[in-house]
Amino acid sequence: MKLSTTILAAAVIAAGTAKAEPVAPGEVQFGDYGGIAESLTGKAGDPENGAKVMKTKSIGNCISCHKVTALSDAPFHGEVGPSLDGVADRWEEAQVRGIVTNAKMTFPGTIMPAYYKTEGFTRPGKAFTGKAAEEPLPPLLTAQQIEDVVAFLMTLSEE
Amino acid sequence: MRMQAKAAIAAALIAAPGLASADPDDDTLIVNGEIEMTTKTSAPEHMSDTYIDTIMSGWHFRSDETQALQMDDFDNSGMIFVDTGRAQWEQVEGSEGNSCASCHEDPADSMKGVRATYPKWDPEAEEVQTVAMQINDCRTENMGAEPYGYTSTEMANMEALIAVQSRGMPVDVKIDGPAREMWEKGKDLYYTRTGQLELSCANCHEDNYGNMIRADHLSQGQINGFPTYRLKNAKLNTVHARFKGCVRDTRAETYKPGSDAFVALELYVASRGNGLSVEGPSVRN
Ligand code: HEC
Ligand code: HEC
Ligand code: HEC
Repeated sequence: MKLSTTILAAAVIAAGTAKAEPVAPGEVQFGDYGGIAESLTGKAGDPENGAKVMKTKSIGNCISCHKVTALSDAPFHGEVGPSLDGVADRWEEAQVRGIVTNAKMTFPGTIMPAYYKTEGFTRPGKAFTGKAAEEPLPPLLTAQQIEDVVAFLMTLSEE
Repeated sequence: MRMQAKAAIAAALIAAPGLASADPDDDTLIVNGEIEMTTKTSAPEHMSDTYIDTIMSGWHFRSDETQALQMDDFDNSGMIFVDTGRAQWEQVEGSEGNSCASCHEDPADSMKGVRATYPKWDPEAEEVQTVAMQINDCRTENMGAEPYGYTSTEMANMEALIAVQSRGMPVDVKIDGPAREMWEKGKDLYYTRTGQLELSCANCHEDNYGNMIRADHLSQGQINGFPTYRLKNAKLNTVHARFKGCVRDTRAETYKPGSDAFVALELYVASRGNGLSVEGPSVRN
């Protein structure tokens, strides 16, 4: 009895630490259709920061390709990708997480960059310097930034 | 004062939605009221495996204001550099006591049609040469002078002087025979997805021309207008400097201007413009 409580406590601690450490880019488990069921960080995303990531040129820069009415305070929304209005009505959260993490797992061959990928590139460069860089590269977004973006996208419901 | 600011904002707001869904326009480019440019024409045969059936000059994708700057040489800042290029043409340099004019005399005669056919196979050098390579060959071999930097101001000026002699003539780059191998290599590069963003030239300039990417209206990435005077950096820009910028923007390691890779890419991209008029120096934003 005593023993099993200790074991239980150990298990809880282990789970706790496992949760605190975000899933590494190479360890992400995609479902058959490119979705990711579990949060990458185990922490809830912050939709406000997600909005900031999406519209800031030096961070996510998602609006360079997507129109998002809720972000219309930022100028110059592109039209290479579809409008993200109502995206939460079209996709489950797991699928949205998969798309933001590596859209190529959902849409094979898509032009949309993979935001949580660190190797396997052709002529990888050091950010926008044009200089060579060694893989693994830092991912374009951190695990928490991805969760923040997912949290924001899940607020884009029109129903 | 207040009123004016408000009116300006209102005007900007009205203009914005038009911009956001701007397809290439149907304007006609006539320079100085006399040189009529072919800025849209059927895609060359070799592009039959692409989505593109009409090739278009980058001029169509620019705003009316920017377009107007190319319609009159007095408004085209690129023409100032043609004048500087002409001064360089006359300048004796190097150990042989020659200027370009010593051998080529008036560029209006000797350089007419040259820009339209480059890059091209040089049978003596046994390689595909760009105009820039040819200029530097003449500087080192025929003048005993230092080569220009591949994307330097001097090179851009000289390229502008040479391009302007072919304005209005159709681009006619040969892709068969010994140039074929370089052309194939250039085509491979055009479709290679580089950098951390994993984007190829084709992703932007073939799949998405006509679409806005952030504040930029994507064109077909044609080079018939080079060198281009860009409002953004207020100078003449060479083809390889432009390529470098586009590759860099994919978060990739770029190729070097003048490298085999960029010469091959230039040949391939030039051939996608076969049939468009030479426009250099053009004006872009
Ligand atoms: C280079 C352009 C580009 C960028 C940058 C980009 N996307 Fe996309 N995105 C696309 C395209 C194109 C699609 C459509 C999928 C396809 O290729 O068929 C898409 C699809 C999506 C979808 C699915 C939309 C739907 O309703 O089907 C979501 C969600 C999305 N993107 C989110 C993002 C987020 C978040 C970012 C920034 C972190 C981003 N995108 C950056 C091009 C882009
Ligand atoms: C001593 C004579 C001489 C001088 C000086 C000289 N060139 Fe040449 N150039 C030639 C000859 C000969 C050719 C043709 C053979 C070849 O392709 O190398 C040529 C070819 C060219 C071509 C290719 C023309 C075509 O029809 O394909 C260009 C462009 C050119 N020169 C530019 C220049 C420029 C610019 C300068 C000055 C910086 C210059 N040349 C100086 C002799 C000269
Ligand atoms: C992320 C999208 C993107 C990619 C990838 C890209 N470009 Fe561009 N390119 C642009 C934008 C934006 C412009 C400026 C607007 C325009 O003319 O399209 C531009 C402009 C150009 C121009 C100038 C066109 C003119 O009329 O002056 C050329 C040439 C060009 N690109 C060639 C290339 C080549 C070659 C590649 C591949 C090595 C490439 N681009 C890759 C976005 C891109």
